[in-house]
Amino acid sequence: MCLGVPGRIVEIADAEKKLGLVEIAGVRRLTNLACVAADADAVRASLGGWVLVHVGFAMSRIDEEEAQRTLGLLQEMGEVMELQEQLAAGDEARRGAGVAGGGLAAPPPMMGMPDGGE
Amino acid sequence: MKFVDEFRDPKLGKQLLQGIARLAAEIDRPLKLMEVCGGHTHAIFRFGLEALMPDNVDLVHGPGCPVCVLPVGRVDDAVAIAEHPNVVFATYGDAMRVPGSKKSLLGAKAEGCDIRTVYSPVDALAIAQAEPDKEVVFFGLGFETTTPSTALTVKQAAALGVTNFSVFSNHITIVPTLKALLDSAGENIDGFVGPGHVSMVIGLQPYEFVTRDYRKPIVVSGFEPLDVLQAIHMVLTQIAAGEAKVENQYTRVVREGGNPMALQALLEVFELRSYFEWRGLGTINHSGLQLREPYAAFDAEKRFAVPQLSVADPKACQCGEVLKGALKPWECKVFGTACTPETPIGSCMVSSEGACAAYYNYGRLSVLKSKPEAKAATRPAPRPSDEQPEAAE
Repeated sequence: MCLGVPGRIVEIADAEKKLGLVEIAGVRRLTNLACVAADADAVRASLGGWVLVHVGFAMSRIDEEEAQRTLGLLQEMGEVMELQEQLAAGDEARRGAGVAGGGLAAPPPMMGMPDGGE
Repeated sequence: MKFVDEFRDPKLGKQLLQGIARLAAEIDRPLKLMEVCGGHTHAIFRFGLEALMPDNVDLVHGPGCPVCVLPVGRVDDAVAIAEHPNVVFATYGDAMRVPGSKKSLLGAKAEGCDIRTVYSPVDALAIAQAEPDKEVVFFGLGFETTTPSTALTVKQAAALGVTNFSVFSNHITIVPTLKALLDSAGENIDGFVGPGHVSMVIGLQPYEFVTRDYRKPIVVSGFEPLDVLQAIHMVLTQIAAGEAKVENQYTRVVREGGNPMALQALLEVFELRSYFEWRGLGTINHSGLQLREPYAAFDAEKRFAVPQLSVADPKACQCGEVLKGALKPWECKVFGTACTPETPIGSCMVSSEGACAAYYNYGRLSVLKSKPEAKAATRPAPRPSDEQPEAAE
């Protein structure tokens, strides 16, 4: 019931009533856009945008750039960790086998997580 | 599906899990993280995340499933309204099986009541318009995620002059609930995964008290596996650094200030009740919402006589302990035997977002039960705290 699903506004049904057709995984449903568009012009301008739909209402616009940023940070974190592992493996190899435990590289510094937008 | 598939990437998930394992090893004491929202509980089980957590990280499932916290008395009230001869009672499907003291809505429907499942409150309003000689009552359920939709529907009904539509409001609000939880079971919890869809409406500021007054980290999270893992990573990062901050992992959907338009609709139509009863948690002051005076004509409790009795939970049911995170679902005496999703005794077994239903449908019980923390950390008896690092050498 509390499910929120991403969908794309593919048609404005009635700008004055703030109604649009939102396509979710191929299914189109009449959706109320009153929580993401203040007036009829904003409704018209929202065409093509992505929204999070909950019980027939678009409750938030989905920010594509933020989505990319989150994924980018995760990629980066993965790369840092891989690097650290390689370094740790290199250290171990130099020290000879079996020096594991306790000496694992410090956790990644978790650089600049998304901080709630500007 | 866009904005879904990318956040299920297994490679990135593995990397996050490695990071989580390192942080957990560094912190080196038993940790309990609570996800407040039932949507997270569902995601955690659906994707098997619980079984992937390090041994000293225990995920506790909080009270954020509005169907699960619906007390028996309110279900009885709903049934009483539905039993009025001319009423069409419209509800989200989740609420159909929640047991009342005598019957659920499904039971009432079987006896001939006109109870219909709807996807949206506007569907209920459409029924009212199509059948003007019927009284249509919508079962208003949910936290701040759902309340604006009900509010906008009531406003629409008022604007259209529809007089045969009303709402039986059981809408609830997250902050008093979190506070009650922190006061009663707070010392057990090391950090929170915050509700993503409630936060897209209310924003981040309402959670400040969690960090300021209780010194617990809280990270608002999305609902895909990478979202939840990243949020857990962020909570652990804070714990490792000795910090307690409100952070937002779900930046693609949640803005710092929430959704002002949704909030405005909510506040225009609804006001706080002085108190509201929760299943398992008792009465929490200022936690429920009722319609404001200008919309009183749409208030089903004013239109219909409702018993409004407080009814104790069934004795065998331990939903209350599960909702507070004091008991794991499988530790309940009736879990999976007398209480199943088909014939639930407690509400946590009803909704797909309930902790018991999630365990029942997806739980890798053999794996979870074998976790050393699982047994030790989840006894219902009050425990001082978890700071004793076990087996520290």
